[in-house]
Amino acid sequence: MRSALARMETETPGIECRIAGLRVLLDASGAAFLPEDRMLVVADLHLEKSAAFARIGQMLPPYDSFATVQRLEASVNRLRPERLVLLGDSFHWTDLVPQAGSAAGLILARLASQVRFTWITGNHDPHHPADLPGESVAHLDLAGVRLRHEPEADGRPEIVGHLHPAARLATRAGTQRRRCFLASAERLLMPAFGCLTGALDVTDAPIRDLGWGVETRAYLITREAIHAVPFQALTSRR
Amino acid sequence: MAELPEKIASWFAAKGWHLRAHQRAMIEKARAGRSALLIAPTGAGKTLAGFLPSLIDLMEPRPVRRLHTLYISPLKALAVDVARNLETPAAEMELPIRIEARTGDTPAARRARQMTSPPDILLTTPEQLALMLAHPQAGKLFGSLKRLIVDEIHAVAPNKRGDLLALGLARLRAIAPDLVTAGLSATVADPDDLRRWLTGQGKGENLADLVLAATEEAAEPILTMLETAERLPWAGHSARHAIGEIYAEIGKAKLSLVFVNTRMQAEYLFQLLWHENEDGKRIALHHGSLDVGQRRRVEAAMAAGQLDAVVCTSTLDLGIDWGDVDLVINVGAPKGASRLLQRIGRANHRLDEPSRALLVPSNRFEVLECRAAIEAAFAKEQDAVTKRAGALDVLAQHVMGMLVAEPRFETELLAEIRDAHPYADLSDEDFAKVLAFVIDGGYALRAYERFARVKRDKEGRLRVANSRIAQSYRMNVGTIVESTMLKVHLGKPAGSGKALRFGRLLGEVEEYFAEGLVPGDTFVFAGEVLKFEGLAEDRVVVSRTTARDPTVPSYAGGKFPLSTHLARRVRHMLANPKEWGALPEQVSAWLELQRQKSCLPGPEDLLVETFPRGDRHYLVAYPFEGRLAHQTLGMLLTRRLERARLKPLGFVANDYALGIWMLGDVYAEAKRDKSFLPELFAADMLGDDLEEWLDESALMKRSFRHCAVIAGLIERRFPGMEKKARAVTMSTDLIFDVLRRHEPDHILLKAARADAASALLDLRRLSDMLMRIRGRIMHHPLKQVSPLSVPILLEIGKEPVYGEARDAAIGEEAARLMEEIGA
Repeated sequence: MRSALARMETETPGIECRIAGLRVLLDASGAAFLPEDRMLVVADLHLEKSAAFARIGQMLPPYDSFATVQRLEASVNRLRPERLVLLGDSFHWTDLVPQAGSAAGLILARLASQVRFTWITGNHDPHHPADLPGESVAHLDLAGVRLRHEPEADGRPEIVGHLHPAARLATRAGTQRRRCFLASAERLLMPAFGCLTGALDVTDAPIRDLGWGVETRAYLITREAIHAVPFQALTSRR
Repeated sequence: MAELPEKIASWFAAKGWHLRAHQRAMIEKARAGRSALLIAPTGAGKTLAGFLPSLIDLMEPRPVRRLHTLYISPLKALAVDVARNLETPAAEMELPIRIEARTGDTPAARRARQMTSPPDILLTTPEQLALMLAHPQAGKLFGSLKRLIVDEIHAVAPNKRGDLLALGLARLRAIAPDLVTAGLSATVADPDDLRRWLTGQGKGENLADLVLAATEEAAEPILTMLETAERLPWAGHSARHAIGEIYAEIGKAKLSLVFVNTRMQAEYLFQLLWHENEDGKRIALHHGSLDVGQRRRVEAAMAAGQLDAVVCTSTLDLGIDWGDVDLVINVGAPKGASRLLQRIGRANHRLDEPSRALLVPSNRFEVLECRAAIEAAFAKEQDAVTKRAGALDVLAQHVMGMLVAEPRFETELLAEIRDAHPYADLSDEDFAKVLAFVIDGGYALRAYERFARVKRDKEGRLRVANSRIAQSYRMNVGTIVESTMLKVHLGKPAGSGKALRFGRLLGEVEEYFAEGLVPGDTFVFAGEVLKFEGLAEDRVVVSRTTARDPTVPSYAGGKFPLSTHLARRVRHMLANPKEWGALPEQVSAWLELQRQKSCLPGPEDLLVETFPRGDRHYLVAYPFEGRLAHQTLGMLLTRRLERARLKPLGFVANDYALGIWMLGDVYAEAKRDKSFLPELFAADMLGDDLEEWLDESALMKRSFRHCAVIAGLIERRFPGMEKKARAVTMSTDLIFDVLRRHEPDHILLKAARADAASALLDLRRLSDMLMRIRGRIMHHPLKQVSPLSVPILLEIGKEPVYGEARDAAIGEEAARLMEEIGA
């Protein structure tokens, strides 16, 4: 029964939800796909994070940018979007960008030839270098939903990143913690897509206090699948 | 024959003491300029023997005060204690010398002064030595050093702290070539290893002299096992059945030390004893997670004779004299003969009176183990420490320290490193890789040359790139990587919408333990049952509760696996019914029943039982090789059974046996194919299967985190994440995943694999066992559970769930919850 369930889920591309009427497919890779606009949204790549640490003497493995864009390419190849929206904090340090000839740089160039890039600015990357493919904007509006880096209390329906959400769930194998999406009727909070990014519990104040309706679900990302859980059922650390 | 100087001789006479033979021998060795290892039991005047040559040397006033003797101890409390104890005789002999301790607690101003104006005798720890050696003034400070004393060397040498210290010693020998070293040790199985460890391995003689204190002076310890009148449990480690009897024994002694193997066991036992405490005995608790203030109060009360008993863990194993202990009670199995002897040594530090020790087994298998330990103690057998190669992460830390001190030539540095015993066989390739790691991370993808931490100067010497690197080294020195601990506070439950409030600090618990708690859970800590209210700003908030039984059974088995040596004795005892007379009747009857219903294996055999139970098939094997080796074996056998399509569902392991349950009929398979079991247990499982499993395992991630911190890949406190140590745990796992996938041969992965293989998996033992049992597997198919298999079957369901099964558990729980809300 358990394996049958798992198999069914791996064959499903993701779970569907609606943000202010906009149809969104939450993908197990941590990306969101907007089928009507054929748009793929990812948040918080933090590219070149290891290089930013190496600059101050901590020689983290220099493979994180490559690993992250490789995953991004896999999602693009599977979901075939026309447009790719990067929801801010795409670069860990505003002036450190994968070099053009590097493995990560080559994949980015290849992707740029297939899809249109829209880079949204974040607190880690308030400016984008001029030679990046595509456009750099502060936010993007789509059918009444605003795509931006940080959540704001202006009452607009929004798709945001910045907070790197993770959820804890009490299971028979003890409490498990996983990256997750958090979605209410009006807001989608995206998990960090970068492979060297930490995470913050959704029950911790910075996320919890944003205000979430009773219909809110966390979508926990496991190795091969994605699982919806009611927000209230998550194990609080408080 | 060494003559004592007048002042010292009259001091001895005034005390009514005589110079012991081993003390005289240490003086003679020092006069001859010979390094020496002194092996003596506790209480034999070992420390004084180490210092007498220094005191004699320092009798005469010298024109300039320079550092003469350096003393290194594994415990900072011991360094401080010995400094205090040494000052008394020095003052009484009116010696013109200054004696100081230096630990992490010494004020910074004094530490700075010690570099420029050192005392004659400095007492310190391995970490402080590393820091001093990384100081630009190290050459000047240590240039005058005549004598180095390493205390409790048996406890320091065989681990990473020992590696760091051995490298420091090699550096000291290079700075002060006439340095004479003295090692002070408890009895060990193989002294030659420590004799080499004390001396340079580079050129000439490489073995320190050996001085043995006469042991006939010491009375034989009185060592017994508790003959319980209660029913002996099949499994578990609480010793709950024997609490009344333990309490009665405490009542008969002046001061008892009650040793257990883990902090959680200490908590649980302490609580049980208090429930029993009708006479109002003064019983205290002492373990490493308690608040320091509380520990110091217990130690002071012990020394002042204000206590009747102390329940403690190995925090009281080493060195320091706390009081007049006349009974040592060891609850649970001692796991190794050496540890038992150390603990017995805590009772009665006067050699003319025998130590008294009582072993309390907490289950039936532990009865066998306790019996074996008592026999080993009488035969004065010690557990051999496995020889180990120096750790590469420690080497990386040392290399950085050396370059922080001053620019160095690569070849000269390598020669100095190979002078240290653990690194005598270091290959050129490993050194090159460690050096590359220190320089810019050493990745095949040379991405960080522009950020290199170390550069070559015009002469070709290596030098650190900037002062930030040196600062970071100093912040991260040392080899002890604590698991992330969370502070436990008493507090108030959160009202609706209100934040938790917290008050008095009780101590610390491991993060992984706190992670598993749900508000409302009760557990034992700091000697009482507490209710978990929640976490606030990474503090564990608890309240007092009247509940008597905790809902979270926090007492686990021991953390030390059964030693090879005791395991062999246990196997012999099982195979030889004549020895069963020495066992309690309950246990011999149990073994007799096993002989009738199944069989008892010969000492070199492996008994494998198979039987059906419910709708499952069980395989139980009895290698007696310790929990770690059995867990590894369980993981690997499960993979093989999976491939044989026998559908294994899980396994469980303890120190004596392991059990695997499955849907497939393993008996039918073994009957059909005679080579099935021999192939299942074939040693080639240690090849690809192991590699594959290891890289996925949580153990490997933990080892990697330790290596990454020690080697300086990440800082103990990650910049920008100071508030949340938990973020570091998360990040090293991610770093591990990235590195394993993209550069599996990186030097830090090699270091982490080596650690996991020795410390966590016991691979050497597993491999020795698999070789031993070739052709000696005794398969007994049964219709039902055997008497010997009962304890292991009782442990099923108490083991944590690992790996992909956790993902499955999330799926199940999510589906259940969504159904519940009708979504």
